[in-house]
Amino acid sequence: MITVTNVKKNFGKLAALDNVSIQCNRRECIALIGPNGSGKTTLIKSMLGMVVPDSGTILFNQKNIAHDWKYRKHIGYMPQIGRYPENMTIGQVFDMMKSIRKDESIQLDEELYVEFGLDKLSDKRMQTLSGGTRQKVSACLAFLFNPDVLILDEPTAGLDPVASEILKEKINREKEKGKLILITSHILSELDDLVTHIIFMQDGKLKFHKPIDALRSETGEIKLSKAIASIMLKTTP
Amino acid sequence: MKKIIKFVIIDILRNKIVLVYTLFLLITSLSVFNLEDNSAKGLLSLLNLILFIVPLVSIIFSTIYIYNSSEFIELLVSQPLQRKNIWLSLFFGLSGSMVMAFFIGAGIPILIYEPSPTGLMMLAIGCIITVIFVAIAFLTTVNTRDKAKGIGTAILLWLYFALLFDGLVLFILFQFSDYPLEKVVVIISALNPIDLGRILILLRLDVSALMGYTGAVFKDFFGTNMGLIVAFTTLLLWCVIPLGLSVIKFKKKDL
Repeated sequence: MITVTNVKKNFGKLAALDNVSIQCNRRECIALIGPNGSGKTTLIKSMLGMVVPDSGTILFNQKNIAHDWKYRKHIGYMPQIGRYPENMTIGQVFDMMKSIRKDESIQLDEELYVEFGLDKLSDKRMQTLSGGTRQKVSACLAFLFNPDVLILDEPTAGLDPVASEILKEKINREKEKGKLILITSHILSELDDLVTHIIFMQDGKLKFHKPIDALRSETGEIKLSKAIASIMLKTTP
Repeated sequence: MKKIIKFVIIDILRNKIVLVYTLFLLITSLSVFNLEDNSAKGLLSLLNLILFIVPLVSIIFSTIYIYNSSEFIELLVSQPLQRKNIWLSLFFGLSGSMVMAFFIGAGIPILIYEPSPTGLMMLAIGCIITVIFVAIAFLTTVNTRDKAKGIGTAILLWLYFALLFDGLVLFILFQFSDYPLEKVVVIISALNPIDLGRILILLRLDVSALMGYTGAVFKDFFGTNMGLIVAFTTLLLWCVIPLGLSVIKFKKKDL
């Protein structure tokens, strides 16, 4: 569904992405992990066209995204730090997004909006919201248009355990529907029961991309965090 | 595209600064026309005020506004929207509301007290200058990520167009006063939209006699219909070129 081929991106001297190639398919739930500054967010942003790669191509459904923008209607994106116009209310932000992405064929998915209780906060201004509530708004917007691909950047950071559980349930339900889900996260144990594939990045390079079962049998560990840790120990002398 | 323009305009109208700007223009233009017994004289005083204040407010307000809407831009870029359309909608929303503010603040008094061709010309030039400086602000912001640096650049650009440029021209004229520079001066004046606007109005106000031989050359050139068309085309180019460059840059920008 998403094919990344030899993508390179430099920020000044720093190589944020160094020859990264990835193939992501439908029905997969991929965890994108790696240390801070390993290029996870840059990779996600280049898939969204927010960052333009220096070289390499990214295909979405076999079509190059370089000069395309329509493909983004199949993607729901939840940013790491949700930044919204400060003097709009929650309700206005949602109305704006709905009117921008208006499409009669899409059935709006407002499950999360209700489950997070945002309907009761709809006339609060964005500048008064806490970090967690902002995250909730971002999550709801990502799921709102029922997209085929969900890209979630640190989805559970800043959410309380209840909200985090609601979000995980929701991700699981969407996975069952056969969507492609890409998650980046630091907290590995959170992802244990969700993900099917792991992509590990370090210093802008792709270290490995494997199904989780293969990873478990290779390392002999059942816990995801331990499996990753044992691989990291092996790769770093 | 229309929707984003609508959102931008609503957002700006909620912002008190534009309201204050409109009121300021309204009060100054009304008082200028009421102080002078001759409304042509009032127009002249107003001209100097407008050519000073309008570019300043247009460029500074636009720069700050674009920096403050970086969140909004980021949000829109991840949506199925064309980058060019996002940027142009911002531009049309911003320049539309600034022109509206100018029209209400200065345009209505001009239409009341001096509804002559000269008055209309001044109205047109004020509107074009507003759009030009909004476009320059777009070019500045797209090139600098840092807010303080961007606003600093905007202030310097205004300083250059409003004050320094005239100084430079005077300096050149004095240094090369032995040579016939009158035709060159006509070309140089096209390099600054504020000067171009000032010359166009002054020529109609019959004070150009005070400008000596250069004034006569100006009158020869800008006084004709051909000259007028050339002048307005130049002003239009001053809108289109910075805007076009900023669109090209914004399409490739990392957010």
